[in-house]
Amino acid sequence: MAERALVVDDLHVRYGGVEAVRGLSLEVRPGEIVGLIGANGAGKSSTLHAIMGVAPVTGGEIRLGDASLRGRRPEDVARDGVALVPEGRRIFGELTVEENLRLGFAARRGGDTNAALRSVFDLFPIVEEFRGRPAGALSGGQQQQLAIARALVAEPDILLLDEPSLGLAPTVVDVVFDVLAAIRERGLGILLVEQRAQRTVAAADRCHVLANGELRLTLGPDEAADTDALVAAYFS
Amino acid sequence: MILAFWNITPQVFADAVALGAVYALMAVGIGLVFGVLRLVNFAYGQLVMAGAFGLALASEWGWPLWAGIVLCFAVVLALSLAMDYLVFRPLRGRTPAVMLVATFAVAFLLQSIALVWFGPLGKIASSFGDLSRPVTISGVDIRKITIVAIVVAVVCLAALTLLLERTTIGLQMRAASMDSQTARLLGVRANRVIGTAVLISGALAAVVAVILTVSSPLVTPDFALRDTIVVLAGVVLGGLNRPLSATLGGFSIGFASGLLGGTLPTDQSQYLPTFLFAAVIIILLVRPAGVFARGNAVERV
Repeated sequence: MAERALVVDDLHVRYGGVEAVRGLSLEVRPGEIVGLIGANGAGKSSTLHAIMGVAPVTGGEIRLGDASLRGRRPEDVARDGVALVPEGRRIFGELTVEENLRLGFAARRGGDTNAALRSVFDLFPIVEEFRGRPAGALSGGQQQQLAIARALVAEPDILLLDEPSLGLAPTVVDVVFDVLAAIRERGLGILLVEQRAQRTVAAADRCHVLANGELRLTLGPDEAADTDALVAAYFS
Repeated sequence: MILAFWNITPQVFADAVALGAVYALMAVGIGLVFGVLRLVNFAYGQLVMAGAFGLALASEWGWPLWAGIVLCFAVVLALSLAMDYLVFRPLRGRTPAVMLVATFAVAFLLQSIALVWFGPLGKIASSFGDLSRPVTISGVDIRKITIVAIVVAVVCLAALTLLLERTTIGLQMRAASMDSQTARLLGVRANRVIGTAVLISGALAAVVAVILTVSSPLVTPDFALRDTIVVLAGVVLGGLNRPLSATLGGFSIGFASGLLGGTLPTDQSQYLPTFLFAAVIIILLVRPAGVFARGNAVERV
């Protein structure tokens, strides 16, 4: 269903005097998982924020298909078909699970909302089971599933995830990575920012290693065991 | 017995409930805009004042009552939208202090315009005479407007609750009040949500303008100014960040000031604000987030 690729070309992001991203280029095509790893402060989250229009872009271009996303408001980027699962999940704890999902409808471009709900419930049975509960009562892992579900009901072309496995139990991390593989099968392009480097390299079609705002290394899935290259890129 | 001891007659009690109801409406109007903009609109009372002048002018021109009410709504809604476009939007994202000072400026601007146009003595809205007459319910004389105020406030609050709980825009408004950045990242249009909140807030101000004008038909440039200050104290007291706590805060302070105003000896009623604000300070010292607030909302104010 999704046919448009996300292209980031020579991106620069600057907060005041700090240049967080320097000349980053990458591409996420439909049906691909692209990983973005690196140490804290390497510019991973800044890249996602720049794509969503909430970080100051000082140079370069961001495109979804033929349309430029640069300089657009976050709600317009979301409505154009890019969904973000933010760091820390950012669930509305006082709203019910179902209300959180209905907020995800805001970015939809028409179509059958019930079918969209059905399809995320298939991926996340727990979300359907707890649909009437306050989202704040869910465990961290359940909230992470809800956050991904909320992004998916918008039926985006591109899904951005900011450290979805942070603070989760290993079994829940498995669930998250399994779901990402399933989403990829549906034709979405996924840009995955993670701290779990080896896991991400193994799951992704390509994995870019950022250090100090610059792209240092690109790894394929068969290079997950190449710890030396990873370590070298992290500390370069 | 206690009521009798405090010299609270049924009339005073009913009037206090009505004042509480009106203040609850104002509190919700202020709280709604605060929720989506993190902005305390100090110029809210001037919206009410402008609507009241609309009613007074309509009355002076000999318009029928309904036309006066239509004019009142038109004036208040137009001013609300103008405020959103000319002041709130350009300043969105600035610090709360900047926005608060800007609404102070708007408040004094509107008041000065009213002073220039209508003079310090103001105008009288005489076409509501009938509504301020009393009706007798089981031996108790209650002014019609008291009953109308309570009914209208309950209807407005119920309608607002339905809108917030049952509609998509209501859900988006609640989400934007909790975390506007995340709401926008989900595709919720900030302008639409804020515009809706400003319009509803304006409609409530118009309703309040009608009720207050019936209660006290002399409309001056400082009309509703004192009420606004008391309501602001009430909203802060109740907790600003959710409609229910703002409603309860507004109602409580309106009810309290109605009771005190009705029971204090006439020669002491000038001290009423003193009592009220002393109570506000004491309560805020004990519960800084507001009496009816859940969680901690202090850092947002």
